[in-house]
Amino acid sequence: MLEKIKFYQTGSNTVGNRLLNPSMRAIQASVDRPNGLTSGHRACQGCGEALGARYAIDAAMRATGGQIMVVNATGCLEVFSTPYPESAWRLPWMHSLFGNAAAVGSGLAAAAQIRAQKAGETSVPRVIAQGGDGGTTDIGMGCLSGMFDRNDDVLYICYDNQAYMNTGVQRSSATPPSARTATTMPIGEKPGADWGKGKDVPLIAMAHGIPYVATATVADLRDLEAKVTKAMSFHGARYIQILVPCPLGWGLASNVTVTAARLAIETGFYPIFEAEYGKVTSVRKIRQKQPVTNFLKIQRRYAHLLKKNADPNTVARLQAMCDQNIRDFGLLEGTDPVAVPAAIQAYERAETI
Amino acid sequence: MSTEQIEGSLGVAKAVALCHPGVVCAYPISPQTHIVENLGKFVKGGALKNCDYLNVESEFAAISVSIGSSAGGLRTYTATASQGLLFMTEGIYNASGLGLPIVMTVASRAIGGPINIWNDHSDSLSQRDSGWLQLFCESNQDALDTHIMAFKIAETVGLPVMVCMDGFVLTHAFERLELPTQEQVDAFLPEYEPREYLTPKDPVSLGSMVGPEAFTEVRFLQQRKMAKAVHVIESVTEEYRKITGHHSGGLLDCYKCDDADIKLIIMGSTVGTAKDEVDRMRKAGIKVGIISLKAFRPFPYEALRKAIGDTKLVVCVERAFSFGGRGIICPEVKRAMEGTSCEVKTAIAGLGGRAIFGTTINGIVKAALDGKFKDEMTWFDIDSRVLNSYTKDGEGVTFPEGPLSDSQLKASVN
Repeated sequence: MLEKIKFYQTGSNTVGNRLLNPSMRAIQASVDRPNGLTSGHRACQGCGEALGARYAIDAAMRATGGQIMVVNATGCLEVFSTPYPESAWRLPWMHSLFGNAAAVGSGLAAAAQIRAQKAGETSVPRVIAQGGDGGTTDIGMGCLSGMFDRNDDVLYICYDNQAYMNTGVQRSSATPPSARTATTMPIGEKPGADWGKGKDVPLIAMAHGIPYVATATVADLRDLEAKVTKAMSFHGARYIQILVPCPLGWGLASNVTVTAARLAIETGFYPIFEAEYGKVTSVRKIRQKQPVTNFLKIQRRYAHLLKKNADPNTVARLQAMCDQNIRDFGLLEGTDPVAVPAAIQAYERAETI
Repeated sequence: MSTEQIEGSLGVAKAVALCHPGVVCAYPISPQTHIVENLGKFVKGGALKNCDYLNVESEFAAISVSIGSSAGGLRTYTATASQGLLFMTEGIYNASGLGLPIVMTVASRAIGGPINIWNDHSDSLSQRDSGWLQLFCESNQDALDTHIMAFKIAETVGLPVMVCMDGFVLTHAFERLELPTQEQVDAFLPEYEPREYLTPKDPVSLGSMVGPEAFTEVRFLQQRKMAKAVHVIESVTEEYRKITGHHSGGLLDCYKCDDADIKLIIMGSTVGTAKDEVDRMRKAGIKVGIISLKAFRPFPYEALRKAIGDTKLVVCVERAFSFGGRGIICPEVKRAMEGTSCEVKTAIAGLGGRAIFGTTINGIVKAALDGKFKDEMTWFDIDSRVLNSYTKDGEGVTFPEGPLSDSQLKASVN
């Protein structure tokens, strides 16, 4: 973890740059960066997913000397990067279906292993399977769990923007309570997504006992790079879930994607941690605790909560959820995570009933 | 060549092992289980080297892992049946669209509900528009040989192949089978060298999104591969027969078709039963022949037209049909015979494992010759007592003793 570094500007002549070990420079800061997902693709302005994917894939490329192949689930990332006959991918990449990226990844990893074995090669290309939260936590869950079960040598990356953005912002099992989507409308007595629904896939991944699980956001890109690099140092099934705010789906100005992700960390809304073999090994502490309203008020998906006639209890419950995360994961300096953090949905369900 | 008295599933597993697949994906569903169990034994015991055997969590995963390994440049095999094939469907279409030469056994079995584990062709025929080649097998020897040919056909054409063998009737039957030697198979089927696969040595993007500007053309080219497959099946069969001396595979096969007044078109293991009955009927002076339809996709229109020749009466013995429509084989045969006066009928029999006996075949031929097939489709082997036990009390409808024609069915709802 990078908490100790006090100067964040690199690649320039500022004082901070001189204090940093060059090996600590961001991969994207190098003119020789792999550019696995190159420019010219069709993502929206301010797309968190494109940003997250570029950093994650390049970090994996760097960590493996370019020996990376990617399987992409159907979704925004797939659609905006490969409109035939164009492709923004500068590495071996394939798309099969919405719900099978993890299984295709397993097959591809097996193929890479056997081909290398037959050719007498010691270097075996590594595989990343990736998708959005819909392709991961919903339709892809069976294949994902199967890949974890077999401990296949695949890093699965979930770009979590908390709804089905490609089809027009519908609710997924990663959509937080009270959030507006096209299928959880901000109307009626209980506007937005229901409370007490959803699942916590990082914890589900940990329950498989796989070598490495981590969460990250696009607000802390060095942390993201470090986690991908670490993931590539393990063999077997690995899972990284990256919070990637979606300006379109969240109703964000396109210049505050990173701010939104940062507020998700600083409010405790999205706990950032690492786990190895089912146990939490590190937690990214909150630097300056923020009230959840600071996270909510910049997003139109929560606008109904902050109207004059809105039920103030809802915001209070969201704040309590964040506080629960802060306690469970030990997100404040000087506190420790509990041995087995509970899914935040447990809190929601206990409250609902 | 070695001859063994073994179960059909073991024969197929041995044939697949001779082809040296790099990945075998297994998910249990009857009646294909024995095939993948045997392959697992070969891999784990070291007899089949450089092969990864993956136990997956569903058929959807089985086809998806197969897509990954085939795209990764390996010869890939899996097997399924019935519900499993349906659960794969999304991946089935994807595999053919990506042009991946996967070979998959379909141990043909009925689809539920009502759940039924026995043999008919409703599973494989439900996938007729999926872009896979579909090769049907008459016997276990035919199945064993067809699997070896299937890899070569798939890899030559650049499309996946389903080898359809009747569940239980073939998969679980013990027969005397002749396996080609490894040297023979190696001479016939070289090491798989994919034209394109995923590797950091030469990065490509596979499976991109194609819009209206090119989608029709992509489909045309896929259909063109199917047209090519007709010729490839013929040439590969010829080559294989030369090497092994086995009379297996092909687009179709004729049995006692010369001078026949009536020809039956049959797919799968029923052909064997029918051949014995044809021998008996020929002795009794009835001029009947059988066309064993081996390739259903691509459909061999020209070869079939030639095989039917100037015979005026053809009955398709069908073990599946299209709800709200009629038979599935019959309309294809009619297309093949367009512009002729050949009459083509469907006799539905053998659904959900109901055995087709020699007497069934005999009955179909006699009914056809007696002009009893008034409609295009007839429910030949049907038990009216079972029907009446339901319709008599509930609706006051009573069916006469079978066979029942399509018009009798329609009249019963008026």
